[in-house]
Amino acid sequence: MSATLTAAPPRKPVGLLRRMRRYPLPSFGALMLIALVATALAAPWITTHDPFEMNVVDRLQPPNEEYWFGTDAYGRDLFSRTLHGGRVSLAIGIAVAVASTLIGLLIGVVAGYFRLADAILMRVMDGLMAIPGILLAIALMSLTRASVGVVIVAITIPEIPRVVRLVRAVVLTVREQVYIEAATAIGTRFPRLMLKHILPNTLAPLTVQATYIAASAVLVESYLSFLGVGTPPEVPSWGNIIAEGRLYVQIAFWNILFPSVFLALMVLSINILGDGLRDMLDPRLARRL
Amino acid sequence: MTPVLQVEGLVKHYGIRGGLFGRTIGHVRAVDGVSFSIAPGETLGLVGESGCGKSTVGKSVLRLVEPSAGQIILEGEDITALDRVGMIAKRRRMQVIFQDPYSSLNPRMTAGDIVQEPLINFAIGSRAEQQERVAALFARVGLRPDQRGNYPHEFSGGQRQRLGIARALALGPSIIIGDEPVSALDVSVQAQVINLMVDLQEELKLSYLFVAHDLGVVEHISHRVAVMYLGKIVEIAPRQSLFEAPRHPYSEALLAAVPVAHPRLRRKRVVLRGDVPSPINPPPGCRFHTRCPIAVARCREAEPPLLADASGHAVACHLRAPA
Repeated sequence: MSATLTAAPPRKPVGLLRRMRRYPLPSFGALMLIALVATALAAPWITTHDPFEMNVVDRLQPPNEEYWFGTDAYGRDLFSRTLHGGRVSLAIGIAVAVASTLIGLLIGVVAGYFRLADAILMRVMDGLMAIPGILLAIALMSLTRASVGVVIVAITIPEIPRVVRLVRAVVLTVREQVYIEAATAIGTRFPRLMLKHILPNTLAPLTVQATYIAASAVLVESYLSFLGVGTPPEVPSWGNIIAEGRLYVQIAFWNILFPSVFLALMVLSINILGDGLRDMLDPRLARRL
Repeated sequence: MTPVLQVEGLVKHYGIRGGLFGRTIGHVRAVDGVSFSIAPGETLGLVGESGCGKSTVGKSVLRLVEPSAGQIILEGEDITALDRVGMIAKRRRMQVIFQDPYSSLNPRMTAGDIVQEPLINFAIGSRAEQQERVAALFARVGLRPDQRGNYPHEFSGGQRQRLGIARALALGPSIIIGDEPVSALDVSVQAQVINLMVDLQEELKLSYLFVAHDLGVVEHISHRVAVMYLGKIVEIAPRQSLFEAPRHPYSEALLAAVPVAHPRLRRKRVVLRGDVPSPINPPPGCRFHTRCPIAVARCREAEPPLLADASGHAVACHLRAPA
């Protein structure tokens, strides 16, 4: 008897296309992001030149058939450098989003559930929020050798308190729900209570928050690189390319035009996607933020 | 016969925090010395108006809120001081049905998972056996076993409360605390759920502590009834005795407020004036004296003890005390 009963009735599938028609703007953002990510991932195969190769004869060339985005002051191909720069931005965006979400989730759960830890942890988080991200990055850079890893750490730390506050708020709300009391009454132990009853509620707001963090991380990375305290100068990142091109902006504007456009499109597409996800996953959150 | 549940001098005070450093500046005396016991297979109805502490009694007994003082004895064992882990083992013997069938079910879990969860918590049987037990529980409370894959929002209020009952039954408890289990339901559905609870009681020899504010509902299901006012039991008696001859003036007023389903029959009207005094600062003497139609000087000074007569009808009133 039980065999026939275990299968739940199949749910009506919601087609991807139907969903995309319902949310045209987020779909547009997602498509744009996919295109940007694809160019970044495929950079080694679709670029026309070695991004590090210098052709001093061809320095500061305007965009042409040979160099689609022109060349920089050392005669390096800007098309290739811009696409490779996308890899750095993408890696940093994803790494910062994942790291700050995971660390923030852990701290937020502890702060939301244990009252004593809450008082201590939240004061530490307040302290972290008071440190300007750029100053922290400069401090870290001067303490260690510049590398992409250090940039990720420097951007992650100031993002953690935002995630912690979000998770803590959700945990504080959910733990007062009657179904949590009910779960306690049927003997549910702490780990299961967390995993099954409390954490699923953080999923939607966290997904949304992670996209915003990724967008912000891409932007902050380029600030830091532009200021010379971010990605080491030999690695092509959008911030680095813009910083170097700044010197020649009056005679070779394409040096900063193309990386800037890519940067803007990347941040824009992630933010549009984030807004869309927020509206789709959590309509209540849409009104609150 | 040892009672399934015995409660002695239960007290729950909630601290009121205020000021700069969150010092405790007062107490809400939600429950202030409540004692009762419930025999196997018996239903004790616990009634009173909003804020009298009846739900707090239920939740303290379950240790979902920590009692400030008193003893809770479950099947002869004092569980008042058990820690979290020790308490988990006792959950198999004592279960709860909540008032709100909407908020007491996790909206992200399927109905089947909700009823299966207690079995998972205590590792009772294999997955397949648990599934079978869940299907049997669904059938027993009047739900179709093929509804196990549905989510709580796909059920009606009455069906959700049946889910709550199935969840409470899963562990085979000896007593179920009903915290206003039918107050949130339509009257027609209330009757169905009450009848289900009565049937289950006979079948499984369950005891109930049935918290409610509706005397009509309590009259139908209870063997004995306790009336609470401002954190104290003012009268406790076998059902018939209480409904036919209430002794405490507060019980009289409560009974007078129950509508009679007969156009020409009229009960004696007892209308209480004023509001319930604040449980932060309850009146001295008898707590009911501020609203009592028969209060005398002594009621303002001395608190009446809860005294029982030979038939087990106990009342806390200076004027109506058994001789």
